[in-house]
Parts: sequence; structure tokens; C-alpha cells
Amino acid sequence: MGLLIQDKQVVVPGEILAQGMDYLPGHGTYRDGDNIKSTRLGLLNVEGRALKIVPLKGAYLPRKGDTIIGRVDDIAFSGWRFNINSAYPAMLSMKDGTHEFVARGADLTRYYKLQEYVVAKIINVTSQNLVDLTVKGPGLKKLGPGRIIMVTPAKVPRIIGKQGSMVTLIKEHTQTQITVGQNGIVWINGKEPKKEAIAVQAIELINQQAHVGGLTDRIKEFLEKRVPMPKTTKKVEEPKKEDTEVKQ
Amino acid sequence: MNLQIQNHIKQSLDQQARVDGRKLDEFRDLTIEKGVSQTAEGSARVILGETEVIAGVKMSVGEPYPDTPEDGSLMVGAELLPMSSPNFEPGPPSIWAIEIARVVDRGIRESKAIDTKKLCIKKGEKIWLVAVDIITINDDGNLLDAAGIATLAALQDAVFPTYVDGEIDYKKKTKTKLPLSKLPIPVTVYKIGDNLLVDPVSEEEESVDARLTVTTTEKGQICAMQKGGDAPLTIEEIDKMCTLAQKRASELRKKL
Repeated sequence: MGLLIQDKQVVVPGEILAQGMDYLPGHGTYRDGDNIKSTRLGLLNVEGRALKIVPLKGAYLPRKGDTIIGRVDDIAFSGWRFNINSAYPAMLSMKDGTHEFVARGADLTRYYKLQEYVVAKIINVTSQNLVDLTVKGPGLKKLGPGRIIMVTPAKVPRIIGKQGSMVTLIKEHTQTQITVGQNGIVWINGKEPKKEAIAVQAIELINQQAHVGGLTDRIKEFLEKRVPMPKTTKKVEEPKKEDTEVKQ
Repeated sequence: MNLQIQNHIKQSLDQQARVDGRKLDEFRDLTIEKGVSQTAEGSARVILGETEVIAGVKMSVGEPYPDTPEDGSLMVGAELLPMSSPNFEPGPPSIWAIEIARVVDRGIRESKAIDTKKLCIKKGEKIWLVAVDIITINDDGNLLDAAGIATLAALQDAVFPTYVDGEIDYKKKTKTKLPLSKLPIPVTVYKIGDNLLVDPVSEEEESVDARLTVTTTEKGQICAMQKGGDAPLTIEEIDKMCTLAQKRASELRKKL
């Protein structure tokens, strides 16, 4: 009876997590008679009486309030259609895309061109999975020159770390600007291309090893080995305010 | 592709830095696994970074071409599976698939790596037809070189099936290897801006201005070439590209 698997253990679909009525099924779990079983491959998370699974991998499902990075895939009559690394495209309407007055029939590529990357916020997801975006808000903007890498959306919280600790660590070591979208798209721009490559490697390392403990220390070691922290007491480059940091 | 990202990659290259931290003239890790298919006479899987290619050799008996009654024949085909890249679609072979197959074929054919006379069973009547099929599993750049290496590895792995009284028994393999005397390795040198590099990842490949595939043998002989991309190449650049390709080919040959 009670909990059969310990917190933070890897579980497979169908595995019995707990028996009896002491626990409640949460995300990625279901109740089958007396048992709570897993529906996903991931780590078990025990939060009080609720059990939930943090999946090891998975596609991105758009959720209201998420700050994401999208790529302009199409320009429609009244806005822009974005690829948001999900099965569903997202729409950015003219109203939410710019403060300017847009005349009828105006060229919408003036604001966002095809293939450009934009940090945007999901304002609504309908039952039919129509996704609406906005770029009105702090930190939401069009992204300039840089690189785009893809990570597993489930690993995004680990890349950001507690209160953005992990991403700040990478930024300070490699002197790069990094924006992480909840949908697993990461934008990186560094002054020195060699350090930028190290930042990319660090993020890929997190993406691969997010489920193994002691991650922060390993990333720190990885970065120290390659780019020792500048010795000045003051940070060389404060992370700019406009840099978006998505909260966990 | 996004122009700003392309420019960013180009600027990084001007500072001799690549997207994954490699040197410009450095290949990614190469893994070659032979004998991956039981039904093929010879097969190989090549993993170059994230790029993955499988090549298989099938042998059958047929009639020789009238102008070469004593020679066996070689045929190379490539298929770009839609699952291996978002840019590949199902349907008849694309221009790119044909180009890969032809460049790989040309290297082996023109270097005379396979002694086609040894593939003759009866002059003017029966010869061995060697068919190589290249299949892409994942495309993360430099498919051409990966395909070339996979083909050579598969040919090295290939053995004749038993052939008695005009019947082939594919289930019984003999121990006779395919007569492969040389290893013509294609190495593609890419030009982005003013920089020459080898083995690009997809991101880099999208901003390539020109490329030159140079196939060289053990002795350093150039046996095939193919130029691609819109930008022109100067004589000095071609010179540099050939030297670089030769150098990398000799390193890759050690892994085969």
C-alpha cells in the first residue's frame, strides 16, 4: 500500500506508482482501480498527495501564458502565421503584432518577414487548438542575428534553472545573449563565435543529461574548463534587460 | 532560411569559428558499421555526426552491354527518405538524389576500383551486375561524403552469392569478396564567403556559396570531380580544395 516508487525515479508507461487511495493521479498518470499507473516515460514527481510525471521527451503542446519563440511561416490577410515547434501553428494578429496603424492592404512583411524569429506570448488556445500570440509585453520582440537551436520542450525548465540560475551561468561564462522559449526553441547570440559554440554545447549537454542529478555542478565544471570566468569582480556584460527569461 | 542567421554564421566563419566549435577543415566523428543487412550481399551504416546513411550492395546475373562483352556492370542509386529531412519529399528521385548517386558512381567507375573483368561469367552472355543502393536515415549536412564512404564500406563488405547452373542462391553466400582494388573517397569542400570548409552541418550547408567534390585514390590521384553551387571558384581556390580533399580522404581511408 501507499507509494511504491520513490520521488524522482524513472518510470515507464503502465508502471504502478502507488496503491490505495492515499495518493491522487496528476499529469501523466491515471487511476486503475486501486492503483495509480503511469502513462509516460519520465520522472515521478510527488507533490504532497498528488503524483505527476515529468516526461523525458515529448512534443510541445501550446498553453496559455507560455512565452515561446516562433518562426514566421506565412503571412495571412490579417496577420502572421508562426511555426511554434508544435503540431499546431499559431496566429499573430495585426492588433497584437504592432502598435502602428496598418492601412488596408499594407505589406505586412514590413513588420515581420518570412523566416524571422519572434519571442511571443500565447494569449489564447482554443479547444480546437487555434493558438493566438501577442508581442505586446515585456521582453517580447523580434529576434536579431544569432543562432537557433532546438531542445526537448520538457527540458526547458532545467535549461533555465531555478530563477534562471542555469541560463545566467551560461550567459556569464560565455558572454552571450540567450533567450529560451517554452516550446524548446533557443536563440543564442554571442560576441565571440567560439564562446557561442561553447554555450550551444552546454545547452545540448543539459538537454541530454537533464534527468541526471548534480546538473548545475557538471555544467559549471564544463564551462570552467573551456572558458574560465573573467576575473574582474564586476561582470563583464550584465545580461541585458531586454533579454527574455522565461520563468519556470 | 533566415538571412540574419545566415549572416551570423558567415561572420563566425570569418573568425574561423564554426557553429559546433570545430575547425574549418575538421570532420565530425565518423562511425562505420559493416554488415548491417542480412539480405544484402554487402552493407554498411555510416554515421557522421548526426548524419546517417546506409548503403547496400545487391548482385545479380545479367547480360553485358554489347560494347563491353567482358565487363560486369555497376549501378548506384540514392534515395532520400522523407523521414531523414524536412526538405525531402516522397516521389521520383530528386535532382539532389541523382547527383549524389552519380558523383559516388563516378568516383568508383573512373578510378576503376572494381575490376569489372572479374565480374564476367561468360563473355558476351553472362556477367555480374552490382547494384548499390544508398539510403539516407538522417540528413545533418554533408550527405554526399557520407554516401560515398558508406558505398565503399558496403562494397568492401560484399561477397558473391552462390551461383550454380544459372541459378543464384542468395541465402548461401560464398567467401569470395567483390574485387575492390582501390578506395576512391569523395570529399566535398564547401565555400562560404571566402572560407573553405569540409563536412558542414545543415545550418552551414544552407549558406553554402559553392562546393567542389574531389574523389581521390590512395595514391592521391584525382579520379572524379563535381562542382555545385552558384558562386564561381578561382584556380587558387580549386587548388586549395583539391589539396584539402586529398588530405581528408587519406584520413578517412584509415577508418574504412
